[in-house]
Amino acid sequence: MDSPLLPHGVKRCTPGVFFLWTLPWLALLAWGGLSAVLCLWKGLNQTNMSNVFAFALWIVFDLAVIGLGAGAFFTGFLTYIVGRKELKSIINTAVVIGFICYSGAMAMLGIDIGQPVRGWFIFWHANIHSMLVEVSFCITCYLIVLAIEFIPLILGNRQISKVKELRLLGHNLHEIMAVFAATGTFLSFFHQGSLGGMFGVMYARPFAAREGFYIWPWTFFLFVLSAIACGPCFTILCTKLAEFLGRKKLVPDDAIQFLAKMSGWLLALYMVLKTFDYLGWIYGVVPRAGLTFMDFFNEGPYGVWLIVAEMIFCGFLPAIILLTPAGRKSQGWLILASLLNCTGIVLNRFLFIIVTLAVPVMPFDRFWGYLPTWQEWGIGLAVIGYGFLVFSLAYRYLPMFPKETELNPLPVE
Amino acid sequence: MTPISFEWQWNIEYAVFFGLLYVALGLIGGGITFVAIRTALQVFGFMRERDFHD
Repeated sequence: MDSPLLPHGVKRCTPGVFFLWTLPWLALLAWGGLSAVLCLWKGLNQTNMSNVFAFALWIVFDLAVIGLGAGAFFTGFLTYIVGRKELKSIINTAVVIGFICYSGAMAMLGIDIGQPVRGWFIFWHANIHSMLVEVSFCITCYLIVLAIEFIPLILGNRQISKVKELRLLGHNLHEIMAVFAATGTFLSFFHQGSLGGMFGVMYARPFAAREGFYIWPWTFFLFVLSAIACGPCFTILCTKLAEFLGRKKLVPDDAIQFLAKMSGWLLALYMVLKTFDYLGWIYGVVPRAGLTFMDFFNEGPYGVWLIVAEMIFCGFLPAIILLTPAGRKSQGWLILASLLNCTGIVLNRFLFIIVTLAVPVMPFDRFWGYLPTWQEWGIGLAVIGYGFLVFSLAYRYLPMFPKETELNPLPVE
Repeated sequence: MTPISFEWQWNIEYAVFFGLLYVALGLIGGGITFVAIRTALQVFGFMRERDFHD
């Protein structure tokens, strides 16, 4: 039925099967839609956020997806600025994933700020000394860049490209993509960094506070590094999932291997610097705040195991696998390493957001627990549903994998 | 916020922060404008369409 819309020379499932595949994601979107309406209509009392937990599940999701979506800017930088030609077979996927992550995060923030009609205040009445303002500016601008990078792919649809004006527009956009990729790299560097800097400057919260260089705490640089170390792995994971579900190869091995190797080196560098960061924090910031490392873990469910999991199992272990040629060439090990790498960044963001706010700071403070309501889960999971839906639609109708026909030639009838 | 907004302060911090923002916005806007003009010129036959290879 929709075969005229499918890319040339590729095989896709029937529209009926595709519709069934989208049902769970549509259900998640419906759940998120209902939650959003309740939050906008009745207010943020629909959530378990409070004066203590002003940052909660949505911000964990936000920071996690923004970190995972960093594959878009980093792959764009390597493709268009550094000139790695093999990445042209995966750059479209990275852009789609980046667009999904950033637009999903922005939608979630629209609910999180409580009064979206006043959302523009942060741009017009900007407090330029706020890291969050820098984040807002850069994320918004970068989402525009991602949309621009996504447009040529949409215009590459088989039917749309028949319209001469649109085809030319797509080609011309593609030709100056290096300008947008460079702008995106600049914007991403600053917002990924400021997201980390935001926690590092919380001097009243010793669990998050860090020393640093000039106005930037070390977390500024560590967040950038962790994002570019993990973003490519998330792109690999999504590609591998699409290959598994489609039962075909979509991206040549050289692109995957290059991204995996790059990710491995960056992750290894990140882990070394993160180890120094933890040591500097344990023996510097924490004692100066009149605390010891174990004071943070006296109450509540959050223990040292979280840091061990972040550093050892989701940090050093995937770095070693990705740096070992045999490890990253094995499909199973590559997927495991990518999964652990992505879990590590989520765990890192969780530690900085939730544990920072939960652990007591003053002697008379107590541990604050927080469990999200179903409305909070609904909006968070809707981003996942939205992601699956957009990625599936892009895979079905757009030339997202330019090497697909070459890697999977259709049998001659 | 722009230099003609009442909250604007003429100091280095505002100049750097908004300067970089306007440079980024300028690059995005300039890029889009360039593409739109070039496409229009090609559509109306004032400029040759270039061979495009991925």
